[in-house]
Parts: sequence; C-alpha cells; structure tokens
Amino acid sequence: MGTVLVIRQDLVDAMVAHARRDHPDEACGLIAGPEGSDRPERFIPMLNAARSPTFYEFDQDEWLRVYRDLQAADEEIVVVYHSHTATEAYPSRTDVGIADHYAMFLPSPHYVLISTRDPEQHELRSYRIVEGVVTEEPVEVVESYMFAHTGADDIPDCR
Amino acid sequence: MAVTVSIPTILRTHTGGEKSVEASGNTLAEVIDDLESRHSGLKARLVKDGSLHRFVNVYVNDEDVRFAGGLDAKVSDGDNVTILPAVAGGMR
Repeated sequence: MGTVLVIRQDLVDAMVAHARRDHPDEACGLIAGPEGSDRPERFIPMLNAARSPTFYEFDQDEWLRVYRDLQAADEEIVVVYHSHTATEAYPSRTDVGIADHYAMFLPSPHYVLISTRDPEQHELRSYRIVEGVVTEEPVEVVESYMFAHTGADDIPDCR
Repeated sequence: MAVTVSIPTILRTHTGGEKSVEASGNTLAEVIDDLESRHSGLKARLVKDGSLHRFVNVYVNDEDVRFAGGLDAKVSDGDNVTILPAVAGGMR
C-alpha cells in the first residue's frame, strides 16, 4: 500500500521498554493521535488481561475507559502494538483475524510487533492488515515530528 | 426511554458522521431496532443470528451487557451505550 510509520524515538523506546518489562508475557498497548493525523503522540500501555506468553487481550474495563477518553478528546488509535516473546515480530493468524474485526469499527491502525525472544536484540516491525492481507511497512524513527520528512524529494520543504 | 449511543468511527457512515446519536427502547434490542429504523445498516454490524457479534462488546454505562442479558439488557432514560471492539491476539 506504500505506507510508512513515522514515529518518534521516545515512543519506540517506550514500546520496547514495555515489551521487555512484561516478558515472558506478551505486552500490549496503543499510541493515540489527533483524529485523521496518522501521527502517534500519546503512549497508552495496556494491561494484558490474559497474562500469557502466547496471547494478549485488553482488560475490558481499562479499554472502555481509554476508549471513552479517546472519543472525548477527538483522538484516534494510530498504533496498536504487542509483543511476541518466543517468535518473530510477524502477525499471527489470530492477529490477522482480530484486525479484520477491529477494522469493522475503527480505522485500521499501524500494527507494531516487537519480538523479545532475543534478550539482547529486540526486533520491531510495523504492518498494515487489510482484509486478511498483511503488508509490512517501513518504520521511520524521528526525534521530532516538526522536522520529519513530509513531502516528495523534489518539493522543497517550506522554511 | 431515550439513551445516547456512541458510534465508532467506521460506523459513522451510517449516522451521517455523527459521533453519538439518540435512540429509544426499554432493552438493548429495542434500542438497536430503533437505531436501525433511522440509520440503516447499523444492526447488521452489531447483531448476528439474534445475538451480539462475539467480537464486539456493548456497554450500558459501565456494565458489559454480556453479563446483563445481552440484547435483553434493560436500559433506562439517560443511559450511555458504548460499542467497543474486542482487541486481542498473540503469537499463535
């Protein structure tokens, strides 16, 4: 689809730290941003109600609270992340099924997968999941969105 | 009995872009039928074979209707109905 996830370094660090902290259980969470912006800004680590090394599930009460806050603030979910603790950072069949159901209600987010199977070197990748089709996309990590690349190379940025 | 139903982004195509809409009924089923009469297409997104889709959770105020009779859950004047997609997954 030619998409890319542009995301701040501190948000990447926060996801990785959460995944490491909850290892060997899977960690999960969200990053919200202004509606229609595709810009991840607000980091929201979620409880894994399943507390499992092979499965995650949002805690329903927490999710309800977070969801209502998002709606009230005109924010949307830009990134849904979770960790795989013993396999590569690639969406499982379960992940794809859930993504399709999710897309019936909310705009499809960037799905970020973090693998913590290697204690030294994590793996972080991002995907779009549309109608059962998984497409990996590049992750562009930036210090600040203010200076992030926003247009085509042949159009000079306004200064 | 008038309740307020908050509509998830994708379903707002059925409500002319409205984030929340009013509906009436004494039970969740009646509320959904009332919604459907004015916002055609919503019901099929929520209900299948006479019960709620398993991948959607509906809350009346802070109560998950799954534990309050499902579609037969009672609603009262001024209640807030929230439609919450399930989020889960894992390595298998």
